[in-house]
This record gives sequence, C-alpha cells and structure tokens, in this order.
Amino acid sequence: MTRPPVPVRKLSVWTRLRKDRPLILMTLPGVILLVVFAYVPMLGNIIAWQEYNPVRGFVDSPFVAWDNFVRVFQNPSFALAVKNTLVITAFQLVFYFPVPVGLALLLNSVLSVKVRTFIQSVVYLPHFFSWVIVVTVFQQMFGGAGLVNRVLIDHGMQPFDLMTNPNTFLVLITSQAIWKDAGWGIIIFLAALSTVDPALYEAVAIDGGNGWRRMWHVTLPALRSVVVLLLILRLGDALNVGFEQLILQRAAVGTDVSEVIDTYVYYQGVIAGDWGFATAAGLMKGVVSLLLVLGANKIAHMVGEAGVYQKA
Amino acid sequence: MSTQAAVPGLDAAQAPITLQPNPLQAGAGTPRRMRRNPNRPVYQEPPTFLGTTLRVLVLVLITLAVLFPLWSILVTSFSTNDSVTRSGGMVTLPRGLTLSAYKQILAGGIVTRAALVSVFVTVVGVAISTTVSVLAAWGLSKPTSFGHRPLLFVFLITMFFGAGMIPSYLLVSELGLLDSLWSLILPGCVSAFNVLILRNFFMAIEPAIIEAARIDGAGEWRILTRIVLPLSAAVIAVVALFYGVGYWNAFFNAMLYINDNTKWPLQLVLRSYVLQGVSLPGADPGQIDVREGQVTGLPIKMAVVVLAIIPILVVYPFVQKHFTKGVIFGAVKG
Repeated sequence: MTRPPVPVRKLSVWTRLRKDRPLILMTLPGVILLVVFAYVPMLGNIIAWQEYNPVRGFVDSPFVAWDNFVRVFQNPSFALAVKNTLVITAFQLVFYFPVPVGLALLLNSVLSVKVRTFIQSVVYLPHFFSWVIVVTVFQQMFGGAGLVNRVLIDHGMQPFDLMTNPNTFLVLITSQAIWKDAGWGIIIFLAALSTVDPALYEAVAIDGGNGWRRMWHVTLPALRSVVVLLLILRLGDALNVGFEQLILQRAAVGTDVSEVIDTYVYYQGVIAGDWGFATAAGLMKGVVSLLLVLGANKIAHMVGEAGVYQKA
Repeated sequence: MSTQAAVPGLDAAQAPITLQPNPLQAGAGTPRRMRRNPNRPVYQEPPTFLGTTLRVLVLVLITLAVLFPLWSILVTSFSTNDSVTRSGGMVTLPRGLTLSAYKQILAGGIVTRAALVSVFVTVVGVAISTTVSVLAAWGLSKPTSFGHRPLLFVFLITMFFGAGMIPSYLLVSELGLLDSLWSLILPGCVSAFNVLILRNFFMAIEPAIIEAARIDGAGEWRILTRIVLPLSAAVIAVVALFYGVGYWNAFFNAMLYINDNTKWPLQLVLRSYVLQGVSLPGADPGQIDVREGQVTGLPIKMAVVVLAIIPILVVYPFVQKHFTKGVIFGAVKG
C-alpha cells in the first residue's frame, strides 16, 4: 500500500539529514551487520583468483588469474554436481511444485471452517521442523530398521531401505520436501483463493457451468499470478536444492547422486582445504543464480505478470 | 463434514438453482436428506457420496502422514526397553511407559548442555534479530527520507546475491568467532526478507495516525514504540517466530563454525547421535549406559527428537493464526 503523495518542500541536504537522523540511526545496526557479514565476504570472493593460503591471508596469497576457474570447469566431479543439481530441480519442479496447488484446491473445497483450520494447522507444522528431524522421521519410518520395513518383513516381503538406495534418491528427497514444505506452500494459494469474488462463481453457475467449469474459469485464473510468481522464484533458485537436506544424507546414499554444487563447495573448501578452487565454484553458482533471478523476472514482465520486483 | 446426503437428480445442470431448499428454512421440520450444509454456497451442487468419501479419505491420509510419525516418536520416547524389543523398533501402541529416557538425557550430560546452547542461541538471536529488523523496517518505511533508496538497496541486494560459503567461513574465522556461540547468531542475524515483511506492514499503517502523533510532537522513537509496535504486534510475533525457528533448527552453521562439541547446539547432537548413530562424543562413559531399569538406544534417541520439537510445538499455537498476515504481506507485496 502506498501513501498518498505528500507535498515535498525543497530542503537542503543538511536539513534533510538532520530531520531524518532518527530514521537513519534506526537503519544503522542492520546496515552494519549486513556490511560486515554479507558485503565483506562478497569482497572476500577475491580469493577465487588466488592460491589462497590461510596462513598467509588475503593480502599475501599469490594471484593465479583464472586458474581456479579453469580447474573447476575441467573437473568431472564439479560437472557431476551441476548435473545432480539440475536433475533434482527438474524432478521437483514436476513432482513437488503442483502438490501445494492441489492441496490448496482440496482444502478450499472443505466447507467446514473447523475442519479446514484443523487440517491447516496440521499440514503447516512440519515446515517448522529442522531437516535433521525430518530426515530422522523418514529414517525411522522408511529406513532399514524402520516401521515400513518391519511390516514388509512381517508379511514375508523383501525389505527395502529407501534411505540408502541411490536409485530412489530423487523420490526420497522429494517426498521429504513434500512432507516438510508442501503444507506450508498452500498458504499463499489459500490467500489467493480467499480473494475470489463469490459473484464470479454464481455467474458461472447461473450460466449453467458445473463444478469443473467454475474451477476452470474462476478458480484457476485466480491462482495464475501466484503460480507464475512462485515459478519465477523457483527458477531463480534453481541451483539451490536443499543443501541441509542433502548434506545430511550424502554419506548414506553416496556422492554419485547426492553431490550438488553446495555440498561440493563445502567438501572441496572447508574439508579438503582447496579454498581458491571452492570459492571459484561457489562464486560461479552465485553469479548464475543472480542471472537466473533477473532473467526469470524479465520473462514474467514479458508475459504480463508483476514478477518478484518491479522497476520503481 | 456435510450432513447432506446425495440428492439424486438435483444438480445444477438439470434443476434450476432456485429449486434448492432455502437454507433459512432448512431446519427441524425439513426431512434429513433435504437439509443442506449452511456453509455450502447456494450455487454449489450438493456433494456426491463418492466425492465426499474420496475427499475425506485423502484428507485423513494427509493428516495421518503428518501426525502418525510424530505419535510413534512420542510413544517410543516414553517406552521401556522391553516394549521396544517386543515391537522390534519404533513403538506405535503404548505399553510399558517410563520417563527414564528423559531423566537420562536431562541429567546434565551432553544433551542437556546442547539444549541449553540452543536455548541461549535462540533467545539471544531472536532478541537481536527482531530488534534490529524492527528498527531497520521503521527506518526504511518513509520513502521520502534522506538516503532511503541507497539504504533500501543495501538490504535488497543481499536477497539476490549471497557471498558464498567459503568467504563467509573465512570471515568468521578471521574475526576469531570460530568455536564461539556468536558465530551461530551474528552472520545470519538480519534477514532482508523479514525486514521487508515488517516494512510493508508498517507502510500500510494509516498515515493519519502517524501524522497525528507527529503533530503532537512525538519523535520517530516515540512513534515507533508507542504507536507502530502496538499496532503490529501480530506481524512482529510472526517474524520473531521465523527467526526463532531459524536459530533453533540451524545445524549447518554449527557444523561449519563449532569444532568443540561441548558447544554444539541440540540439532547437531541430534544429527551425530540419532542420525549417524555415533555414540555421544564427550559424554561421560557412565552416563548413557545400561543400568538396571534404564532404557537404551531408541527411546533415548526419540526423546532427543521430542526435546528438539517441543519448543516449536509450544510456540506454534500462539503464532499460527497470524501466519497468513505475515507471509502474505511479505510474499505478495515484497
């Protein structure tokens, strides 16, 4: 919501500064924290062009031009990490993304407010659990010694360890993502649905449209811009695929399927100590992510949606 | 659920809508099958038996998918060794309950210490993050103020470009914060997203109220504390919850910054002990062992899980009804 335009007198810089000093002072703690912990590390990316040595520090480590980047590009493990990242994103776009939409439509069709509120409270809940807990829950349910396997064995069937099987890894992490976040994801769709004018439904009904017709002509169009917005956000986030979730399960299923760019950076840098190399890999990811967000937003404007941000 | 049984032949295509029973008349005198759910809009067809059954079934399954594992974890954490052995692992039906697991983990060993670390980080973190964010949001809420755009961009840019893990790690290391609990608080202390949620809410406050206060001679600080804060208690609570959940649930920052396992937060202990099955590092040899009548293994692990969930369950009901306000303000208008 914007305020109505306030008539602005021309004031000198000094007067304005003095007048707005309290506001600037209030912003200052946040700005300082961001400068120290977000902007200084951005400059720290300079070690992507160095053969960084923690003992010698930023200043004395020798510069090696683009060597680190060349090494990253030539490294087959990095290529694998990129591939895994993109595969996971694509898989979840198809199998995760539609779930909250469907769930929201289903919940919206529940007439009783009490039942609806109860189910909402329940499905929002796992969003607030840590990944450690979510993975633990899945381990106890689907792991080698989990509940499901016990039932399988009791009925004379083959046990199946979902937690350590690389072939079903995509299914595993997507189910975990659905269990944790799909419920929370409906909140924004429910809000969009609640703004629909009931007169539209009545109009379709009077014109003889049944439930499916009303869904097609009223409900789904109401969700369109939210869906586009979330698709853009997802696209901009394509290289982020649940780092905490994956690093927890990397050892259990093996790096062939679970190594993504973020875990690769962590193991190459912090664990193996190849600082310049890992920074170069991470920096490339950051730059590509930035381009993806900007590009996705551009596309949104082109198809006539508001996008994530607008030119002011 | 709807009290209405299917009414054969009465759907919108065949019968004019006006023929449906008037909700105001539908009451005691109406035959049961003609009574309609007052929540159902007049234009909507009465639910079919099949449709209702399917929907109820799916919703029950979804609810169970969330609640059943939690139930099983809770029951197992209260179970004796005997009942765990008899059920062959996770317990689903309570029998032979005991508080033993909780007594053991809260006896002052590594789990107790980790829980205290988590509480400290969460409480201090939420206090700092929320204060800084509220101040920044109010400071940024007047588009005509001096330096507004550059200051706003300082926040916005961090949403689009992150510095990366390695430089952040090296910075924390250079600052000498490795193995300090401040490394779990300060680096992620300000979330530009949360600042924007608050800012959007503040900007939607009726300007006349603010103007009135200003004419009465109130400065920015007084306006913020006396007018803005009381008006936005709900959204501030939601933002504080987001921060709190973030601090409580974080484990990777501790993996990165804290080597000394006596300073590990609960989530990291949970990861090593429950997920990876490592015996607790640094635990007294005699602390978690099998004594007469004590539980081992699974119940203790599940008790740690419950311990990690409890704070969330405690705060959740109070904040839950305000979620939509906070999230929608941030997501749609951000």
